[in-house]
Amino acid sequence: MTKVTYHSPTGSAVTLDVPPGVSIMQAAVKGGVDGILADCGGQRQCATCHVYVPEQYADQLPPMSEDEDDMLEITACERTERSRLSCQLVMNDDIDHIDVELPEHQR
Amino acid sequence: MSAPTGPRSVVVVGAGHAGFTVASELRSEGYDGQITLLDEHAGLPYQRPPLSKAYLNGDLAADELPFRGAAYYEREGIDYLAEDGAVEISRADRTVTTATGRVIGYDALVLATGAAPIRAPFVTEGLLGMHELRTRADADRLTREMRSATRVLVIGGGFIGLEVACAARKHGVDVHVVELRDRVMSRAVGRTLSRYALDSHRAVGIHFHLGVGVTSIGATRGRVSSVTLDSGETLTTDLVVLGLGITPRTELAEKAGLDVDNGILVNEYLETSDPAISAIGDCCSFPYAFGGRRIRLESVQNATDQARTVAKRLTGRREPYVAVPWFWSDQGGMKLQMAGIGGMDDREVLHGDPASGRFSVLRFDGDRLVCGESVNSAGDHVSLRTLIAHGADPELIDHFSRPDGDSSPTALKQLARMLRGRA
Repeated sequence: MTKVTYHSPTGSAVTLDVPPGVSIMQAAVKGGVDGILADCGGQRQCATCHVYVPEQYADQLPPMSEDEDDMLEITACERTERSRLSCQLVMNDDIDHIDVELPEHQR
Repeated sequence: MSAPTGPRSVVVVGAGHAGFTVASELRSEGYDGQITLLDEHAGLPYQRPPLSKAYLNGDLAADELPFRGAAYYEREGIDYLAEDGAVEISRADRTVTTATGRVIGYDALVLATGAAPIRAPFVTEGLLGMHELRTRADADRLTREMRSATRVLVIGGGFIGLEVACAARKHGVDVHVVELRDRVMSRAVGRTLSRYALDSHRAVGIHFHLGVGVTSIGATRGRVSSVTLDSGETLTTDLVVLGLGITPRTELAEKAGLDVDNGILVNEYLETSDPAISAIGDCCSFPYAFGGRRIRLESVQNATDQARTVAKRLTGRREPYVAVPWFWSDQGGMKLQMAGIGGMDDREVLHGDPASGRFSVLRFDGDRLVCGESVNSAGDHVSLRTLIAHGADPELIDHFSRPDGDSSPTALKQLARMLRGRA
């Protein structure tokens, strides 16, 4: 189980327990976290589950595929070095805790 | 915040991608009035696209299908009514009557009634082994029966038909596809991609019967057993899957006297002939911002973007619907991504090498880029979405009309970045 803390741009935060094999997007959608839309349901089509991941967690995350990299071109908020699509961030037991920051908007 | 003159109660009919999104976006836009989301189906509003893709392949569990958990609707104050569809609209009273007899008043009504599978004349109701795919229950039934089938016959070589054919093949079943036209996906993609997809599917052992119609379906003891084609050939089969396309569900709108012609007619603001009623998603026919004609689209992009346009309007930001359409289809190892809408006489230009399994087809109407089709090339697809939005841009037209114009994936990406930066 990984503790994922979702930080909204307004400063509020929600923490969810995310079982291994579940993505940060899936957990947010089921857990009712605002700010992640996931229009396409995790198919790397819509870029509406964009999150910013602080650098210190970068090594623990699944590597970025070419598709994900390409889709990040069209995020609604600016892409940075820390941008990821949360549908691609599948958790595993090696990750104890992770913080992600939500962008101002997804569309 | 709601506009001072805005609606205080919104009723949404249909809880697919369009219906769910308009309800959810109304709240995101700050609307604090009443929202009623009517769903004729049981359970929670859920996604349809995976039903013929990951869900049918067994790669996605049933609990991943709903858009949001049950608590979401309660928290957001969305009155979600399951197993209760709308049966009548009274425009004079501004009420909707549901199947269970509820009468719900509205200031604004959003029709997101979707579409229903087309029924062909050769289909006999109630035959076992006969499938269509529109709901989770349909997908569950098909998955169950596919396990014990040795042969599946798919009627219709469009997206759904081919996705089902691939899933069946993955289950180890002998698969035949019958398509009336001389090529697959003829309505949705150009000849180049059509040809490539056909070859790829044949290479994994899917059998195709192109340019032939079905005359009758044979049955033994109430169960499908064969399909006879108008070529005279009869194919035995355990299951038949109908993938003949869908038709917009307009009965409710028609009964209410709204204008309907291959979909509920809406203007560029997605208002029907009654401005208190909007229509979005598969069920509506709207003016195409990039083509000077009316179209109807069956896609997640269209459903969600139209939902956002309506949610904004109902909260005081009236903007026309202008979005480049995009679609995707997962077929075996092929991820197809389409942007824009092609025409019958487009010039198709191939970029990349199909033998590599990754390429794109750019389709031009004269010098104007109108459509892009990509296979396992998300980068191209993303660039093409932007380029098509700017299809009329003189610089872009000039670029594509130069014989030495570089159209490598990198060049397309740079062009797209330049155009996005300008916006």
